[in-house]
Amino acid sequence: MSRPIIEVQGVSKRYELGQVGMTTFRDELQRLLGRAPAGPATREFWALREVNFTVEPGSIVGIIGRNGAGKSTLLKILSRITEPTAGEIHLRGRVASLLEVGTGFHPELTGRENIFLNGTILGMTRAEISRKFDEIVAFAEVDQFIDTPVKRYSSGMYVRLAFAVAAHLEPEILIIDEVLAVGDAAFQRKCLGKMESVSRLDGRTVLFVSHNMAAVSQLTTRAVVLKGGRVQFAGSTSEAIDLYVEEFETHLVRNYVTGPLPRKWPGTGHARIERLSFLKSTPVFQSDADIEFDVELSVARPISKLRISTTVFAADGSAVGGSFGAETDCWGAADSRITWRVRLPNPALAPGRYHLDLAAGHGDFIGDRQEYDVVTDVLYFEVLPPKSPSGVLARWESGWGHIMLPSLQCAPI
Amino acid sequence: MNKLSPTYDVIIRPRQSWLHFDWRALVQYRDLLREMVSRDFTSRYKQTILGPAWFIINPLITTTIFILVFGKVVGVPTDGIHPALFYLCGLLAWSYFSQVLASTGNTLHGNINLFAKVYFPRLIVPLSVVVSNLLTFAIQFASFVVVYVFLLYTGSGVVSRPSVWALALPLVVLHTALLALGVGLILSSISAKYKDFTHLASYLVQIWMYASPIIYPLSKIPEKWQWLAVINPMTAIIEGFRSMLLGTHSVSAAQYGCSAAISAVLCVVGVLLFQRVARSFVDFA
Repeated sequence: MSRPIIEVQGVSKRYELGQVGMTTFRDELQRLLGRAPAGPATREFWALREVNFTVEPGSIVGIIGRNGAGKSTLLKILSRITEPTAGEIHLRGRVASLLEVGTGFHPELTGRENIFLNGTILGMTRAEISRKFDEIVAFAEVDQFIDTPVKRYSSGMYVRLAFAVAAHLEPEILIIDEVLAVGDAAFQRKCLGKMESVSRLDGRTVLFVSHNMAAVSQLTTRAVVLKGGRVQFAGSTSEAIDLYVEEFETHLVRNYVTGPLPRKWPGTGHARIERLSFLKSTPVFQSDADIEFDVELSVARPISKLRISTTVFAADGSAVGGSFGAETDCWGAADSRITWRVRLPNPALAPGRYHLDLAAGHGDFIGDRQEYDVVTDVLYFEVLPPKSPSGVLARWESGWGHIMLPSLQCAPI
Repeated sequence: MNKLSPTYDVIIRPRQSWLHFDWRALVQYRDLLREMVSRDFTSRYKQTILGPAWFIINPLITTTIFILVFGKVVGVPTDGIHPALFYLCGLLAWSYFSQVLASTGNTLHGNINLFAKVYFPRLIVPLSVVVSNLLTFAIQFASFVVVYVFLLYTGSGVVSRPSVWALALPLVVLHTALLALGVGLILSSISAKYKDFTHLASYLVQIWMYASPIIYPLSKIPEKWQWLAVINPMTAIIEGFRSMLLGTHSVSAAQYGCSAAISAVLCVVGVLLFQRVARSFVDFA
C-alpha cells in the first residue's frame, strides 16, 4: 500500500536551440537526401537531467527553484503536455493539472456553459460537474450572472469562476502551477484554504510549483529543489527553503529592473530614475531583514538637492506604508549620473509579496516638495515567514494584514 | 474516491511507437467531445441576427452564383439535371468536406494556447469539428430537400428521382468525414513544423474544388484525364451523392471502392501522424 503515488525515474528533457521551428521544408528535404551542408550541429539544451523523486499518497509537495531551473519543464512533462527525452514517470491515480485557470474559457459562452466546457477540459465528466454545479457557482460568487456570457464578466468574476471550477476537481493527484497568484487576496486565501482542506480530508496528493515561498512554506511539508535541471534537494520544506534562500544570498549584485521603468505621474524632468537593483540577486527577504537597493539617476538639468521616498504596496495593490529619506545636498551637473544606495530598515512586513513606488525629488512631506521623477510598480520582492515562530514572538496568520508587529514587551512595575 | 484506482495508472515515457493509440483516453474524455461540439455550434452563430439560418443561405447563394456564371455565362452542361439541384447536391458534399478539412488542418496552430496548458487527447478537437459540421450538414441537407420538393411541385421539369441507394447516405457522409479528417490531420501535422504549409492549405482546398466535379459533370472530363478523376477520392463521393439523391448512376462500384480505400489510408496515416506530432508539438511551436 505504501507504493509512491508519483514516481519520477531518470527523467531528462532535451531542447534543441536555434534550429528547431526555424527550419524550412527545403532544409529538411536536403537533409533527407543527404545533401545538408555539414553546418554547425544544433545546440542542445538539457532542461532536465536525470530527475528522480517520489511522492507518497496524501502529501503536499512543493517544487521550487530559480527561473530556468526546470520547474516549468517538469510541470509540462508531469501534465503530459510534452514528453520527456528519457526516463519514466508513473502516476498512480487520476491526474489533473492546473497550469492556468480558465483554460479554454470561451468569451461568447455563458458562465454555465463555460463551467461544463472548462470542467470537461480538466477531465471531469458531465455527471460530476452537474453534481457539483451549485457548489461551484456558490464558491465563485457569481450566482446572478451564471447565464451571462463571460465576456461581460469583470476580470475578478472571471478569475473566480475559473478557479471555482478548478477547486472542485476530484483527482487523486493535483498538479498546480503558480495559478494562486491570481484574484484578490481574499479569494486567494479561500483557494489556499480549499486546497489545504482538500488534501487533508480526502488524502489527495498535491504537487505545488511556485516562486511564492510564503505559500510554499504555508502549504507544503515536503519540497523538491531544482537547480540547473537537476534535483538539488528533496526533503522537508523548511530545509528546502533555507537552502533556496541561502543560495541566493551568496550571489553577487544583480540588476533587477533593466527595461523601461513604468511611470504614472509626471515629474519635473530634472533627473530620471534609470536603474534599480536589489543588492541581493533574488529579492526574497526574511521578515526581519533590511531591504536594500541601489537607485541610479541620470541628471538632465542641474540639481542641487536630492531626496528619495518610497511607498510599499502589497501584492493586491493596497498601500502598506510610505517612507521618506532626508533631503540632502547633492550636486548633479547636466548629463551626469548619480547612484544612491537606499535602505529600508526592518519594515516588519508580514509574509507575502510586495512592490514599491519610488520617487526622486527635493523637499519633504511637510513642506514644499517637487518630484524630479516617479516610477511605479517596481522592485518586486517577497517576504518569508519567520524562521521559527514561537509563543514569544509576535504571531502572524494569513489574513491579518501586511504588518507583523514586534514582540510585546511586558514587565512588572 | 480515496482509494487509488489502478485503472488510472498513467505511465509517461518518451517516444512511444508510431502505432500507439490511446482509445481509453478518448473514451474517458467523451464528454469533452460533446462540450466542444456545442461550443463550436453556439459560438458560431452567437451575435449574428440570422443565427443558424446562415448555414442555409450560404449554399443557396453559391448555387445561384454557379447557375449564373457557369450555367448561363460559360454554359457548362449539367447532364440533363436541373442546375439548381445539380450544384446544390455537389455543394452538399463539398462544403462538408472543405469545412472539416479547413478547420482540422489548423488544429495544432489554432489551439496552441489550449494545448500548451492542459492535457487531453488531442484528437478530441478534430473529432469535434467532424461532429459539429455534421449538424451544419444536416441543415443543408434539409434545405436541399426543400428546394427539391419545391421544384418538383412547381413543374420546373425535374425528372431526377432519388435511388434506393439514398439509404446509404450516412455511410457516404462517414466516408467524407474520414477523408476530410485524414487530409486535415496530415496538413495540420506538417504545418505544425513547417508553417509554409498553412499558406498552401487554402490553395489546396481551392484547387481541389475545381478538380472535383462540382460545377461540371464527370462526363465532361476528357478521356485522357479520367484517371485523375479516379485518383481524386472526392469525385466518387460527389458523384455518389448525385447517384443517390438524383439517380444519375454516374459512379461505378470500382471507382467508389478505390475512393474508399484511398480515404481509409489517408485517414489512418493522418491520425497516426497527428498523434505522433501532437505529443511534442508545444516544444517547437
